[in-house]
Amino acid sequence: MAAFASRTVVVKNPQGLHLRPAELLAKLSQQYPCKIEILHNNERVDAKSIFAVVTLVAMQGTELCFEANGDNAETALEAIAKLFDEQFGEAE
Amino acid sequence: MDTTIHGSYSLEGFIMKFSDFVCYEAINANVTATTKEAVIREMVQSLLNVGKIPGGEVEGILKAIMKREELGSTGIGRGVAVPHTKHPSVNKLIGTVAISKQGIDFESLDGEKVQLLFLLISPPDRPGDHLRALENISRQLRDDTFCKSLRMAKSPEEVKKLLDEADAHQHTH
Repeated sequence: MAAFASRTVVVKNPQGLHLRPAELLAKLSQQYPCKIEILHNNERVDAKSIFAVVTLVAMQGTELCFEANGDNAETALEAIAKLFDEQFGEAE
Repeated sequence: MDTTIHGSYSLEGFIMKFSDFVCYEAINANVTATTKEAVIREMVQSLLNVGKIPGGEVEGILKAIMKREELGSTGIGRGVAVPHTKHPSVNKLIGTVAISKQGIDFESLDGEKVQLLFLLISPPDRPGDHLRALENISRQLRDDTFCKSLRMAKSPEEVKKLLDEADAHQHTH
């Protein structure tokens, strides 16, 4: 049974979603079999693609809505939310 | 000129173009370096040669870029790398482009050799400009035809022409 989950997260790190966080997010997302997309400003991008994630220009304070479809959808978004909460290891 | 990049535009309302940050005179369409550090040095040197960075800062900038690479390669796949750093010696975002015909081992995410390099140096207090430049590079390089054309470019003039075409195409969206 395919599962669906959605979750809104906030970019907390001061430098925003630059290349390194985007890479960490894409790598984490790739570990899950479900489809994971990010909705922002009427755009829908693939969270597993670093090229796509970087096009969001998500500065500190930006809200991003994640949607996951498929196996482990809830677990995947849980892990992603944790990554944002921990500021991608960049907390100063 | 600075205001054209980080002026009063809203975050969503301003899309950065290559012409906003690429120093055309520093483009190298055929780098001879074969290692990551050597190609980055060549690119930083190009920016020095055209007076975009002060001579005394070259080693500091190079060190900062390599330190960033140690955190994780900026080879983001598809034969593309975006080595970068923040550095107080620049007061606006600057960048340059280099193309390697043979490809350089960059420890990229997908294991592919890097042929297209975009080097960025931004002032420490302008994370927004850096994000917008990354956005521009990533969005344009998702286009396979554009990547292929850049790889095949034989001169800085050809690279500039391709970047200009990409910039012009943006206006149609």
